[in-house]
Amino acid sequence: MAAKSTWSEQVHRVLRTQNVRQIGYVPDSGLKRIIELVRADKKMCAVSLTTEEEGIALATGAWLGGERSAVLMQSSGVGNCINMLGMAIECRIPLLMIVTMRGQWAEFNPWQMPMAQATAAVLGAMGVIVQNVEAPDDIAETVAAAGKLAFNTNRAVAVAIAQRAIGTKAFK
Amino acid sequence: MSARKNGLDRRKAVAQILARRGNALVVTGLGAPTWDVAAAGDNDLNFYTWGGMGCAAMVGLGLALAQPKRRVIVITGDGEMLMAVGSLATIAVKQPRNLAIAVMDNGHYGETGMQATHTQFGVDLAGMAGAAGFRAAATVRTTAQLKTWIPRLYDNGPVFIDIKVTAENAPLVLPPRDGSLLKLRFRQALLGGA
Repeated sequence: MAAKSTWSEQVHRVLRTQNVRQIGYVPDSGLKRIIELVRADKKMCAVSLTTEEEGIALATGAWLGGERSAVLMQSSGVGNCINMLGMAIECRIPLLMIVTMRGQWAEFNPWQMPMAQATAAVLGAMGVIVQNVEAPDDIAETVAAAGKLAFNTNRAVAVAIAQRAIGTKAFK
Repeated sequence: MSARKNGLDRRKAVAQILARRGNALVVTGLGAPTWDVAAAGDNDLNFYTWGGMGCAAMVGLGLALAQPKRRVIVITGDGEMLMAVGSLATIAVKQPRNLAIAVMDNGHYGETGMQATHTQFGVDLAGMAGAAGFRAAATVRTTAQLKTWIPRLYDNGPVFIDIKVTAENAPLVLPPRDGSLLKLRFRQALLGGA
C-alpha cells in the first residue's frame, strides 16, 4: 500500500473531482503544499491575489462564466473580504472558501489574535456558512461536503481549518 | 484643483464602445458606469454591479478566464478602480487576452456628493495598468483618441483605457438590481439552462 497522502493532496483531489478550476489564493504557510499542487495542475487555473477580496470577485466572475472557483486564505484575510462577500450573498454565487486559522492553538504572534478570534463570527454575520475542522484526517471530507453544499445550493461556505491541525508557526 | 470642465461625454463614449460589442460580455462598476451601460441598452450579457466596490476588474478576470473565447469588457469608474489598484497587478500576471477595462474617469465620487478622487490630482491609472504589465494602456482625452482606442478594446488584451469624461452627472438610467436575477439571466444567456 502506498504511503498515506497528506491532507493537502486529498483536498487537491477533492477540488479536482468537483471540477473546481479557478483557485484564487493569498498564501499561508499551512496552504503551501496545496498551492504547489494547484499551480502544478494543468487542469486548474491558479490566481495569486494581492488581497483576499479579489478572490470573492474572481469566484463571482468564474461562476458567471460557468466555472467553479475556490479561494484559499489565512484567517487574517477573511477580514479583507467582508464587503465583497455581500456581492456573493446577494447574487447567490456558490463560493467555497478554505481558511487556515491562526490565532488559536499555541499562537506566538499576538497581532494574529483579534482577526482570528473574530473570523467565524464575521463570516457568520455576512451569511457565510462556516464549517470548522480540527483533525487532519477530516479536512478533505469537510472540504468535499462544503463544496457540495456551495455548488449544489448556491451558498457561500467557508471551511475553517484549525491551527492545531496544521501546526503552529515556529518563530525561529 | 477645480472640477474638470472639459472632457468627453460619458454616455456617448460608453455607447460608442458598446456599439461594436457583438456577443461580448460586459461587467459594470457600481454607480454611474452601471447607469451608462444601462443607458446604452439593456442586455442579458451585462452584469451590473450595485455594490462590492472594487470588484469589477476581478469579476472581469474570473469571467475572462472561464470564457477565453469571448471578449470581456469591464466598464467602471475612477473611484471604483482606485479601490482595486492591486487587481491590476493580479490581472497583468494572468495576461488574459480577452479582457479589456475602460474607466470612465470624471475625477469624482459621483454617487456620494462629488468628492474629488485621486485622479484629479494627477494619479495616473493608465500608467499604473501599464506598469503592472497590461499589454496596452492609455489615457484617452479626445474623441480622436477614443476612436483609435475603441478597436484596441476588442483586440489582444489585457487592455486598459482611462477615459477622461466631464464631471456632469447624466440622467439616471437604472437597470435591474436584484443580484440573483442579474446572475441568472446572464448565465442563462451565456450558458443556456440556469
